[in-house]
Amino acid sequence: MLREPPAFTPVTLLTGFLGSGKTTLLRRLLADPALHDTAVIINEFGEIALDHLLVERLDEQTVLLSSGCLCCTVRGELASAMRDLHSRRERGAVPLFRRLVIESTGLADPFPVLSTLRADPVLRHHFRAAGVVTTVDAVNGLAQLDRHIESMRQAAVADVIALTKTDLAEEEHISPLVARLGAINPAAQLLRVAEGPLSADDLLAAGGSLFKAVAEPEGAAHAKAHAFSIVVEEPLDWSTFGIWLTMLLNRHGASILRVKGILALQGEARPVAVHGVQHLVHAPTHLSCWPDSDRRSRLVFIVEGIDPELIQRSFAVFARLGASGTCDLSIPSSH
Amino acid sequence: MCALCGGLGGDEHWTDAVAREGVYTRNADPVQRRRERALRVRVANRALKPFGLRLADWQGASFLLTTLTGKSEIVGDLGHLWSTAERLSGRLCDPLDPDFLARLDANHA
Ligand SMILES: [Zn+2]
Repeated sequence: MLREPPAFTPVTLLTGFLGSGKTTLLRRLLADPALHDTAVIINEFGEIALDHLLVERLDEQTVLLSSGCLCCTVRGELASAMRDLHSRRERGAVPLFRRLVIESTGLADPFPVLSTLRADPVLRHHFRAAGVVTTVDAVNGLAQLDRHIESMRQAAVADVIALTKTDLAEEEHISPLVARLGAINPAAQLLRVAEGPLSADDLLAAGGSLFKAVAEPEGAAHAKAHAFSIVVEEPLDWSTFGIWLTMLLNRHGASILRVKGILALQGEARPVAVHGVQHLVHAPTHLSCWPDSDRRSRLVFIVEGIDPELIQRSFAVFARLGASGTCDLSIPSSH
Repeated sequence: MCALCGGLGGDEHWTDAVAREGVYTRNADPVQRRRERALRVRVANRALKPFGLRLADWQGASFLLTTLTGKSEIVGDLGHLWSTAERLSGRLCDPLDPDFLARLDANHA
């Protein structure tokens, strides 16, 4: 047990392209008893924050920054969140944490976080950069490195590259990705985190104590991506939702960087979470309870080159389709 | 990875997830599964109608997609439904197309 705060609290930045498995990794890490003394700051890109709902550990040591991408809007907010955590720890208002993990949105460049840490007069005396962990998805990673400069940058600055979803990809697809990552960042330690047990220490305490310098990106690197949300008052019909989302992803999957939601379903007391990245949607999870008093379905999309209004309209038309006529369905008896 | 739907080889489609801890599925027992399949067929047929297609359950395990002229193809899951529908109808099944949405609303009203 810690009796006093460390002189310099190590700060690990957890980054990675959208949908590359950051939240899942963080959730696994937080389940590790070795990490009970880790504070977490989660930054969201989207109108409605969802990552913290999916992490399911929102306590006084978990700080959620409001919407906005770290690389352009919330640097000040990050600095003040860290100062606040620090001062609450000094006053004994939060448990003594000895590490801080900042989960940054998949679109962010790590540079602003690092520069915040260095530039702020309070922070630079109490925190130190401990390393960048970048998640790279074994299924979509290669295509993302080709298409998105941010993805390449995140791999380039990593101290540790956490290769996710290797259990979902063929070995013949993984090896070119590993070779490519090796060419981009030969110094990074590569961990296949989907397989076997995960040690928080391996990941967060891993060697890299110095951040490599990253050039500040020119202009908004993600100007093409839009995040928007759909909030629904009425419980959704699951069958209709499935028909709609599969139809949408079939035609527009390449432009839908991310879809993530917490859904209130007709006939279900507990919420259901869905996560998708491009064409890939993970098995839906049944959450143990609602994370707050809001019982509405909330879906966040991050899209490239699609008008959000079209998706909202389409969703509404399908929701009307599912709202009527499904409850009166009598099930034909099979025998 | 399947080039058509992005599905991963041997991996279940998310709408047909195998029942296991923490996963939401309507695959847990035969009654629930049959009911869910019937609901899907019903909703899918509303969305398929503008393309002149019709979906039916096929042996409780797959679906049969049929055109107005009687051409048909077996579809394993919803992940393959729309790519097959596009091939059979020769049209793009775009849920964002305003004309499609207008027809869907009108048919349904
Ligand atoms: Zn397929």
